[in-house]
Amino acid sequence: MFNKERWNEILEALNANKFRTFLTAFGVFWGITILVLLLALTNGLKNGVTADFGDFATNSMFMWTQGTTKPYKGLPKGRYFNYKIDDVEAIKAEVPNLKYVSPRNQLGGFRGNNNAVRGTKTGAFEIYGDYPEFIKQQPMDILQGRFISYSDINAKRKVCVIGVDVIKGLYDKDEDPLGTYIKINGVNFMVVGTFKMANSQGDNEQDANTIYIPFTTFGQAFNRGDRVGWMAITANDEVSITALKQQVFDLMKSRHKVHPDDERAIGHFDLSEQFERISGLFSILTIVGYFVGILVLASGIIGINNIMLIVVKERTKEIGIRRALGATPGMIKGQILQESLILTILSGMMGVSFAALVIWVMNAILDNAGPVENFANPSVGMQVVFVALIILIVSGLLAGLIPASRATKMKPVDALRTE
Amino acid sequence: MIQIKDLHKSYHMGSNSLHVLKGINFTVEEGELVSIMGSSGSGKSTLLNIIGMLDEADKGSYTLDGVVIKDLNEKIAAKYRNQFLGFVFQSFNLINYKSALDNVSMPMYYQGLKRKERTDRAMHYLEKVGLADWHHHLPSELSGGQKQRVAIARALASEPKVLLADEPTGALDSTTSYEVMELIQQINDEGKTILIVTHEDDIAHMTKRIVNLKDGVIIKDENVNQVKAKAHV
Repeated sequence: MFNKERWNEILEALNANKFRTFLTAFGVFWGITILVLLLALTNGLKNGVTADFGDFATNSMFMWTQGTTKPYKGLPKGRYFNYKIDDVEAIKAEVPNLKYVSPRNQLGGFRGNNNAVRGTKTGAFEIYGDYPEFIKQQPMDILQGRFISYSDINAKRKVCVIGVDVIKGLYDKDEDPLGTYIKINGVNFMVVGTFKMANSQGDNEQDANTIYIPFTTFGQAFNRGDRVGWMAITANDEVSITALKQQVFDLMKSRHKVHPDDERAIGHFDLSEQFERISGLFSILTIVGYFVGILVLASGIIGINNIMLIVVKERTKEIGIRRALGATPGMIKGQILQESLILTILSGMMGVSFAALVIWVMNAILDNAGPVENFANPSVGMQVVFVALIILIVSGLLAGLIPASRATKMKPVDALRTE
Repeated sequence: MIQIKDLHKSYHMGSNSLHVLKGINFTVEEGELVSIMGSSGSGKSTLLNIIGMLDEADKGSYTLDGVVIKDLNEKIAAKYRNQFLGFVFQSFNLINYKSALDNVSMPMYYQGLKRKERTDRAMHYLEKVGLADWHHHLPSELSGGQKQRVAIARALASEPKVLLADEPTGALDSTTSYEVMELIQQINDEGKTILIVTHEDDIAHMTKRIVNLKDGVIIKDENVNQVKAKAHV
């Protein structure tokens, strides 16, 4: 079927009416362009929105305490309590399938006062007390030095890891921050590392405006003792945190004498649930993209089907001649089918290339103009190209099927008689 | 070469049925040059189409070169046409976007010959009809006589047993007609069996045998003294 002679025959036939071939091809070209662009835009939207989640491990939740709302075991409602450092050990010991349980404490934050001083420079930063695992939950690029280590935790060393914006705020240009000291709320910390957020977007200002110090040091230096501000808990990849979180809450309630039905005593934010919701939304958007794209493509395919019918009608006599000269119906059908296939695939691939060009231009503009809210890096994967190719092959065959059978339905003698 | 016995054919148009061939008995030996004559509606083209396997008879038997032609499906018919028959039509029926050479090559393409062999053979037959220099021209760039000669070259290219010509001179002026007939006579002299449908007396007399058809039956079948077309040119 795919020999050179057949190809020549087909190219000759397609070349015989260039303008019409072009117009026909344009329908499919346009359809596939729209399909690919829709998917790319969906992807761009998805990239933009999921970027707001940052790089934080998505199978995670944050958990803090709120006032109790039910009296329990002789304790009144409206009581405030705090997690303690031994709660972390208890969670790790009693709730299986958790990957990381990081207790955290925080100083400063939104509209905070100046809390860090170095020489004559001051700044207001977010200061966190953290465990070494935290970098695995919130990926960041260590630019110099290192992150907090367990020996820092155990020795309660007064060391800190600072973000790029902190460097900007407290250091002169070309100054090496490693080994220097920063005074945080009156306590001196040695800088052992610098970081920036891994490919963050939008919120990176806030993220890089951060100083990490060992959790234990934080407790001692800033009078938190063994209290824990909140926890960031990540589950193992194969288990959803949403399924595990109730066990954690129950454990915390029993350890802190909270009524088991008191839903409001423990506050939490389930990143995984939010992320699932967004992913679900984008799965649906992708399906809508395919649906609309394929419908647009379908009109192109119908165009090809239509034009092939006209071609077959116009070439009735030629087909008659070919059959008189010994072409079997199979050969004629094969040729018509192959013509429609080539037309579809060629124009379709051109559409894919054109869409790729548009996407490229869009990305170039985005790169130059800076980030746009909720939209980033519109793109499609190779699998979309393959899916498009399969759609094209199937639809090319479909488009050729009716004309091909029409072409050989007439008796050769009648076909020869038409003018 | 061709044996036809009691051949019947009718056409149905709605409730009307038109009995075109009413029992044709007819034999052609190898190397004959036969013309089938008759007024329009006499059934001569229908007979040629049945012989050419472009149409099927309702009744009767047809044997071509020892092969019984019966219950053909389109695939086998196409194969037989390709192997046994070469067609020449009144309106030439060249494919207008193909050069003379490609037109002549086409039956060999369907025979599955290699490109080089096709081109060589096509050139050989174009030379034979005197159009080797025109091989790259499109049909629209050729005169009527030239087109018909390309069509004859195409019919010969598949090296058929029988050449079937349906009014080969019908669209040509008399001078060109004689040129074409001269070519046909020359091919016949080389031993090819040829059937021509015509309604022109002078053309018929350039063949060796005239079969007269009227209202679907053969009314006269006689050998004639062949007039050489060369004399007229």
